[in-house]
Amino acid sequence: MTVSSFIFYVLAAFILGSGFLAVTTRKLFRAAIYLLFSLIGIAGLYFWMNYEFIAAVQIVVYVGGIVVLIIFSIFLTHHVGAEMERPNRLRAGFAGLAAFFAFIFCSLVIYKNQFAVPDQTPVPLTVDRIGMQMLSLTEHGYILPFEVVSMLLLAAMIGCIVIAMKLPEKTS
Amino acid sequence: MEVTLNHILFLSTALFFIGVYGFLTRRNVITMLMAIELLLNSVNINFIAFNKYLYADKLDGVFFTLFLIAIAAAEAAVAIAIIINIYRNYKSIDVDDVDTLKW
Repeated sequence: MTVSSFIFYVLAAFILGSGFLAVTTRKLFRAAIYLLFSLIGIAGLYFWMNYEFIAAVQIVVYVGGIVVLIIFSIFLTHHVGAEMERPNRLRAGFAGLAAFFAFIFCSLVIYKNQFAVPDQTPVPLTVDRIGMQMLSLTEHGYILPFEVVSMLLLAAMIGCIVIAMKLPEKTS
Repeated sequence: MEVTLNHILFLSTALFFIGVYGFLTRRNVITMLMAIELLLNSVNINFIAFNKYLYADKLDGVFFTLFLIAIAAAEAAVAIAIIINIYRNYKSIDVDDVDTLKW
């Protein structure tokens, strides 16, 4: 067992363990913190695969943005340290069974399928390459999805403001 | 034992079904949102793994992952605005309490 595969197994155990705790713990704030650890582990997995730019984006957007937003909304809507009620035992049992058997099924499909790994020279994943292809107008450029995503973000921002805005009380 | 593509696919499958389990058992909107984040992250792992092992001469998996992260951020922001609005109207964010549209 090489050092690289040992690091992979440690990362996998970390991601799955903290992910499982995030969906089973009964304290809401702890669930958010476990989710944070799981996302950091996934960023570590991207580092392990030599995709440093994606790892940096993962840390900036997920860890720095989404988890902070979730923690804010927990503080706005809950008392800190309050425990959630235990999930319905029947529902939890059936959900566990469904997830377990679906996992077994998908794992069998993956296990039986051997991917033919082609022999390619990997391109260096530098930021200028990503930027050039992201904004290029040629055949493999991604300028159109880039613009669509920018419109989506604008629409989401305006929508958030409108939804969360408190309308002034009508005095009749 | 060398880590192959199948190992990473097993990891992302396990993470996906952990998220599914959380989505089915939780009754609190914020924790359901967290489960959805786990689902989206497992999909991102798949994109990056396929790009690394099968299409190392292209960058398309990277772009899909970047756009997915952007969409996930927009989705989380809108979801939290909706959660705050629900809390303001119902004083609760339990999905079983919000049943005005149920017949």
